Amino acid sequence: MRADPNLYDYWPYQERPKIVWPGGKKLAFWIAPNIEFYEFDPPQNPARPGWPRPSPDIVGYSQRDWGNRVGHWRLMELLDQYGMKGSVSLSIGLIDHHPEIIEACVERDWEFFSHGVYNTRYSYGMDEAQERAMLEDSIASVQNATGQRIRGYLAPALTHTERTLDLIAEYDFWYSCDLFQDDQPQPLKTRTGKLMSMPYSLEVNDVITYGALAMSPWRYADVLKRHFDQLLEEGAESGTVMCVPLHAYLVSQSHRVRAFGEALRHIAAHADDVWITRAADIAGFYREHCWDHTLEDIARRGLATGGTGFAP
Amino acid sequence: MSLPDDYLRYPHRRYGMDQDRYPWRLSIDRPRLAWPEGKAVALMIVVPIEHHMLNPSGKPFKHPGAMQTPYPDLRHFTTRDYGNRVGVFRILRELKAGGLRAVFPINGAVLGRFGPLIRAIEADGHEIAAYGWDTDSLHWGGIDLDLERSLVAKTRAAFDSHGLRPTTWMSPARQQSFATLDLIAEQGFTACLDWEMDQVPVAVQTAMGRLTCVPLFNELDDRKLLIDQRQTEAEWRDQILEACAHLKAEHARFGGQVLSFTLTPYVSGQPFRLWAVREALSALAADPAVWNADAAQMAEASA
Repeated sequence: MRADPNLYDYWPYQERPKIVWPGGKKLAFWIAPNIEFYEFDPPQNPARPGWPRPSPDIVGYSQRDWGNRVGHWRLMELLDQYGMKGSVSLSIGLIDHHPEIIEACVERDWEFFSHGVYNTRYSYGMDEAQERAMLEDSIASVQNATGQRIRGYLAPALTHTERTLDLIAEYDFWYSCDLFQDDQPQPLKTRTGKLMSMPYSLEVNDVITYGALAMSPWRYADVLKRHFDQLLEEGAESGTVMCVPLHAYLVSQSHRVRAFGEALRHIAAHADDVWITRAADIAGFYREHCWDHTLEDIARRGLATGGTGFAP
Repeated sequence: MSLPDDYLRYPHRRYGMDQDRYPWRLSIDRPRLAWPEGKAVALMIVVPIEHHMLNPSGKPFKHPGAMQTPYPDLRHFTTRDYGNRVGVFRILRELKAGGLRAVFPINGAVLGRFGPLIRAIEADGHEIAAYGWDTDSLHWGGIDLDLERSLVAKTRAAFDSHGLRPTTWMSPARQQSFATLDLIAEQGFTACLDWEMDQVPVAVQTAMGRLTCVPLFNELDDRKLLIDQRQTEAEWRDQILEACAHLKAEHARFGGQVLSFTLTPYVSGQPFRLWAVREALSALAADPAVWNADAAQMAEASA
């Protein structure tokens, strides 16, 4: 076990090279609807139970089913209203269970990235062949269903192995959503490939705000607006990224969805300064225009420590 | 089964304290402190710079903020790292905007890792304090004395090697052994932020002479209020300003007292919380009754 994963170098927020997003925008904004499938009776992973209660966890399971039947559709209509596209954190198995949801996302030109096969199948304890099989399944299943080549990864239920980031880099993924150290992207130190950390968020993720932090809907809307305002202000110095990760079984609830819509209205009203886009578009721009400047700046400041993540 | 007979013996049952680090003293009996320029409230802001490693032992208990999910818990490693990469620079900017001086306790083990941050803290004129070796090296009642002495010495040596000579100490998780005060005094520390037994600094006895405990109030800790207790940023800001107003109102009776609180980079440095930091700091900075000082200055002014 390592004290420091060495996945990226320390790189202080001040005095970084300036990022200007396409169209002179200051903030790249993206929305990550998590479209997930949780199994009724998942197999036991030795490191973590599939559900907090013994299976079947009826309320937990059926609440997530509600998200798939009702919640995503409310969210899609809301995003349509503001002309926003989602970048879907997808439980790959859902393609087989609920293809109607996938079709609705494809119609809207939404992006898909992998969030594992099921959110009840964790990476803990997988050997390399198993983890590769899961990633190859992800790439092939989305390709077959939608024609899209996935470029992003958020480990199922945020469970990792030491080799996860090296593997996705090798499979030509462009970005990882599993690292929360920054409000700007940063190249990751993988053995091969060209992988970056993409600002996702736990702080304004509805699982955290409605779960761990027990916010009311209007407080969550206020937090989103304030988060956005601060990052937009800082984006004038160097472009920032804000992501709102969502789970329809939480945010789309009847007593919450209107408040969330208010936050989106606030954000959409700043479209002149904000690049409202998808994660792969941010990653594509960053790889081409910002990647080299970042590495040069880290080297220039004497902060490059070499090596790769979890290397012996 | 019953408890041993001596369970009902009380060897320290007498007037005053049950330890001899400092005497019992009622707030009403304490000599009035006069802060510089007749200010009513001494304001100490503490910004803890702590590194949370991916593989802590968590012994004998987990430092607040330590990893929570099975290894490798990249989620908590990176959310804590956010504070030292991004959040702290927002806090530095707000402190500068208010013309405020803070105390930055830093784990000895990460002085090298966070070089640019250390230089930014120094350039802005804040006090740098020692914050123990790292978040997994706790000082606690069961620690071996030689091991603890070596931890304090190693921490001092790390600061020396970076040309820093802190006089203020804060223990990881603000936890101590029965000997910690002696050991930090031995290494030349003259102020400590672990104890909060009065509204003013208190001199404590050590094997090496006196040391001043400048109180840091756990009940105003940003992490505790905003994360553990899920309070809103507005409630947190209001409590800081309420404390300030109360201490001002008490000035006539009790003299100068201390207002202190933490700004934890991975908590207060979040974009959606910064507005409340800004409002609290600007109100305190503009208050003519407030003397903003660091721990060393408060220890000196209260001596």
